[in-house]
Amino acid sequence: MDNLIWIFVSALLVNNFTLSYFLGLCPFLGVSGKLQTAFRLGLANIFVMLITAACAYVLNTWILIYAPYLRLISFIIVIASSVQFVEMAMKKLSPDLFQALGIFLPLITTNCAILGLALFSTNKGYGFVEGMVYALGAGGGVTLALALLAGVREETKILNIPSVIQGTAINLLIAGIISMAFMGFAGLFSS
Amino acid sequence: MNELDNKSQAAQEFLKGLWKENPIFISVLGMCPALAVTNTAINSLAMGLATTFVLLSSSILVSLLKSVIPKQVRITAYIIIIATFVTVVDFSLAAFLPAIHKELGAFIALIVVNCLILGRQESFASKNTVGLSILDALGMSLGFTFAMLCIGIPREILGSGSLFNISLFGDAFEPWVVMILPPGGFFMLGFLLLGFNWYAKKKSQNATDNKLAK
Repeated sequence: MDNLIWIFVSALLVNNFTLSYFLGLCPFLGVSGKLQTAFRLGLANIFVMLITAACAYVLNTWILIYAPYLRLISFIIVIASSVQFVEMAMKKLSPDLFQALGIFLPLITTNCAILGLALFSTNKGYGFVEGMVYALGAGGGVTLALALLAGVREETKILNIPSVIQGTAINLLIAGIISMAFMGFAGLFSS
Repeated sequence: MNELDNKSQAAQEFLKGLWKENPIFISVLGMCPALAVTNTAINSLAMGLATTFVLLSSSILVSLLKSVIPKQVRITAYIIIIATFVTVVDFSLAAFLPAIHKELGAFIALIVVNCLILGRQESFASKNTVGLSILDALGMSLGFTFAMLCIGIPREILGSGSLFNISLFGDAFEPWVVMILPPGGFFMLGFLLLGFNWYAKKKSQNATDNKLAK
């Protein structure tokens, strides 16, 4: 049980996917303009990550031992089809959410955080439960980072920012400061 | 005359990736590797070259196969082509340069999801001849490697006081450890973009000043 909590907190805070591995930066900089959209994208991310982790475990345990060179190709196909599935389900069940996410849902396919999750969790040799907890922590971490940046960015809209630093430059500097704050979590489990 | 036009178009396709449409600085594509592995100059260079190989080979293959691939499944087809070449790079690096492979780790495999590569297949290689696609891929990947080095060299100099593992300042230098840690990546790219914005603004200001003076 301790092990599971450690995996969760480590993926959520200490080794945050976005802020310390730089995975999933495109949506991190692209969709973080509004807090609500950012939060929804985070939820979609968690969902796809859970499906991917389950599929990655199945592939890795029963199929890839016979053909290790197919690892990347099979992972990416599984991710692409599960994103397609989530998209169809969401269109049917919650059209509003589907509208709000727009182009970013299909783009989750090329979101490095998802493929990164599949690669890291199989590299670490996690079992099924560990893999799911890892996916939950990593997805939560991505959502947390997205929501934090979106919160700060909403505030910067009412500030008087010099025109040379507007746009991606200021977002990157804010992200750098948030990432620096997250480095403090590294001491959390040292003892 | 026609030949001259062709030549200048070819040169343009090659040069646009270097500066005017630089994948990292202007279009902000392929950010994950740009920040994750640029903590030393050698890693930046290795990542740039690996990406160059993948982009070049998949551009050639996609532009050769463009009439065969059905439109509905083109993205999937591109991704499978890209994933194949990434597997080739991954396995060859592990065999010939194990030290660099260990350093870059999973980020080699993550070249598959570099939006830059899929973006070039969709917007260029699937619509143009093999020759032009090669030039486009070379220009874009040179621009990418150049940008990686622009981020990696200052990070290594400030963060470890060395360049390509050669110590620069001697023992008296206190390294800025934060620059080789994750926040340093965000800061470095942020400051570079800030510099470009400042330069572009100054240039356009000069242009309007000149117009007014006339």
